[in-house]
Amino acid sequence: MASGIKDKVAILGMGCSKFGERWDCGTEDLLTEAFQEALKDAGIEKQQIEAAWFGSGIDRVNVGNSAIPLSTALRLEGIPVSRVENMCATGTEALRGAVYAVASGAVDIALAIGAEKLKDTGYGGLPVPSKGTLNDLWMPYGSAPAGFAQLAAGYRAKHGVSKEDLKRAIGRVSWKSHQNGAKNPKAHLQKAVDMDTILNAPIIASPLGVFDCCGVSDGAACAIVTTPEIARALGKRDLVTVKAIQLSASAGREQSTNQWDGSYVQNTRNAAKSAYREAGISDPKAQLSMLEVHDCFSITELVTMEDLGVSAEGEAWRDVMNGVFDADGKIPCQIDGGLKCFGHPIGASGLRMVYEHYLQLTGRAGPRQLQNPKLGLSHNLGGVPYNGVCAISIVGLQGA
Amino acid sequence: MADLPFRGIKSFGAFIPRRRLQRSAIAAAHSWAFPALKGLAKGERSMCSWDEDTITMAVEAGRDALRGSSPSSLGGLTLASTTLPYSDINNAVLVGAALRLPLDAASSDAAGSTRVGLSSLITACQASSGDQLVIASEKRSAKPGSVQEMQIGCGAGAITLGEGEGVFARFLGSETVSVPFFDHFRKSGSDFDYGWEERWIRDEGVAKIVPKAIATLLKRLRLTTDQIAHFGMAGGPSKSDAAVAKALKVAPERILPDLQGQVGDAGTAQPLLLLIAALERARPGDVIVVASFGQGCEVVAFEMLAAAPDTGRRGLAGSIASRIEETAYLKLLSNDGHLDLDWGMRAETDHKTALTQLYRIADQIFGFVGGQCSACNTVQFPRAPSCVNCGATHTQTPYALAEEPAAVATYTADWLQFSPSPPLYMGLVQFDCGARLLMEMVDVGAAGIDVGTPLTMSFRMKERDRLRGWDRYFWKAAPAV
Repeated sequence: MASGIKDKVAILGMGCSKFGERWDCGTEDLLTEAFQEALKDAGIEKQQIEAAWFGSGIDRVNVGNSAIPLSTALRLEGIPVSRVENMCATGTEALRGAVYAVASGAVDIALAIGAEKLKDTGYGGLPVPSKGTLNDLWMPYGSAPAGFAQLAAGYRAKHGVSKEDLKRAIGRVSWKSHQNGAKNPKAHLQKAVDMDTILNAPIIASPLGVFDCCGVSDGAACAIVTTPEIARALGKRDLVTVKAIQLSASAGREQSTNQWDGSYVQNTRNAAKSAYREAGISDPKAQLSMLEVHDCFSITELVTMEDLGVSAEGEAWRDVMNGVFDADGKIPCQIDGGLKCFGHPIGASGLRMVYEHYLQLTGRAGPRQLQNPKLGLSHNLGGVPYNGVCAISIVGLQGA
Repeated sequence: MADLPFRGIKSFGAFIPRRRLQRSAIAAAHSWAFPALKGLAKGERSMCSWDEDTITMAVEAGRDALRGSSPSSLGGLTLASTTLPYSDINNAVLVGAALRLPLDAASSDAAGSTRVGLSSLITACQASSGDQLVIASEKRSAKPGSVQEMQIGCGAGAITLGEGEGVFARFLGSETVSVPFFDHFRKSGSDFDYGWEERWIRDEGVAKIVPKAIATLLKRLRLTTDQIAHFGMAGGPSKSDAAVAKALKVAPERILPDLQGQVGDAGTAQPLLLLIAALERARPGDVIVVASFGQGCEVVAFEMLAAAPDTGRRGLAGSIASRIEETAYLKLLSNDGHLDLDWGMRAETDHKTALTQLYRIADQIFGFVGGQCSACNTVQFPRAPSCVNCGATHTQTPYALAEEPAAVATYTADWLQFSPSPPLYMGLVQFDCGARLLMEMVDVGAAGIDVGTPLTMSFRMKERDRLRGWDRYFWKAAPAV
């Protein structure tokens, strides 16, 4: 049986650009901003990087396809550079490539970087993608919030939660993230918002209002990874190592059969199970110190708590109301503000989540610093709940 | 009367778009310029949603006519309309594909005059053999502020004609006259009709052409006007039917309702809808006469032999009853493309269809035919190479979904995504047979929808390709009435 990647790869350095409406920056600038920080943090020269993975999600408002935009922006000459795209899991996919390269022994030091320039669309929200020549003929084009809003209908029907109770619970999810984001200078939205404002905001896709939706931002995030041995040789102490990176992609069962009730995300359950096994986690609720989950929409975060096994089925809405996931709760979730406050530059988000865990684990999270965190789980969800991809990465202190 | 075998009507169906625009709303919008329109502001007229057109209405009427029977027995389909969306393809083939007609069924379009609805019916009555489906469907636009805008409506009627067993209304005969009386015209490529004075049309056209043609037919059939139990007339100014009936001494109570109060004048479809109205009320032995005026006229006579078998059809009465009241006049202009609203950048998405791909899965897209896996029996859409449930490869046989019962599994009302009729309702539709797919939901009324709401399928336009003109058609789900 495969041994997995637990503790085979360490994070040598990380960087994260300021997220937001970066009218002054192109993708090349964002990449450079995140990369320079990571390079400095790693304490190496650019020439020591032996391979790179570039995550970018949307071709036409970003930098086009292929790896060339990255190798050109960072002047990565003569090394293998790959571009990966897996919808909203793209950032974690880039990290997976770099981590696997190091774990396999193919290279000693690898770069994972993701960036997205969403604010060149001319409007809010994500561009409408083609679903391919076949699906375009029958599948409706819904917005991203419409895809996830359907979880609310499924969750209500399954667990008998009233519309009002669920609306308040998902509002509470966003309220909490805004509280956290207000303490993060790199977040796009750094403002606390009261519950009344959240609950009375205009509807985007019922029952999701404006504040149930994450921001739309520009940003980049970056990780330089190596082996624990090399990291130590380079003078690093208190190593943060990768415990697990797992991925699950839909094969049609949820959206094409009656075997899914609309109240959860099967891909999250699949990826979590694999990730816990790889990381050796048997009781996630007790063992995980913090969560960065894919709160593209508040309802997504709510059901993700159940899918990750940190809330019992049908209980997440109560846990949310009881503050279990608040900064001072049992398992802080979105301690950096989440997608809610960072926005969601597709290619960058997965790496941005790991960046927060890296800061927390190395005690550099400033006013957001949690006490003695040991393991952090980050979670990306691409596509829609019934047809998408989920990536989960778990990082922690070496030995944790 | 004629000896066996005889031809006649074996089935019928109808469709009227559910949205009914209040004429008072049209008149109110124009009151600053045309206060006299208030005089016509009675009742309501049907209007198409942005995703309904001549093709989709024809499919819906055709489905209604084919209820309870197999389309495989049909030998031909004629689609009559003056508003066919495409001028150089056989539009009837598209309709036939949605109705899952056999590939060897003859398909033809009939166009050029609102009279062709009845002309096509007569031609099918005179066909040598085989069951023929005639569908007349019309979606006309009128200039904003015009009288025609108040009077027209949209709709489709479908009638199956054949011989032998199953005929419940016998074709007695028909009369055709062609007269160069051009009272209105619409140049090819134009959106609107140009019409002459109603008084001239009524007195010099209808009054002199139609009664004479009817009288000729009755004489040939050795019938007298008092034998006419149901009389309807299409194509003339309003109240032409009463004027003709009076000239022929047909009792006023035998005049079929002109549908002005609920539907409006549905052009090519109107004579078929009137005939259907007669079929829905006629008793065995009743004689039905329907005329269609236009550069002369067509007249047809039927004798009711038995009540139409109950197939669960919606029919005209059911179509009229299934309505959503509409008061937003601007929606009519926007839906018909006469008001270019600023839908924002999201509406700029390109919708180019790969015609190669469309042909590869034509039965799935037009006919809504999914697959059933022979290994695990799972019904699914689309029909992919490998089964979604058991993964077996190349095990699926066609399985038609359009008439299968279904319900809402998940849903939302999307206000962000561009839709010409926001919000865009969409969600997973769960069929009782096990199939499930993401679909747009339409005709959601004031009652709304929720998980479990029963749904029926409706053939609609999926996207319009404004750059090239090829509009995508697919099925949408609507709350079951």
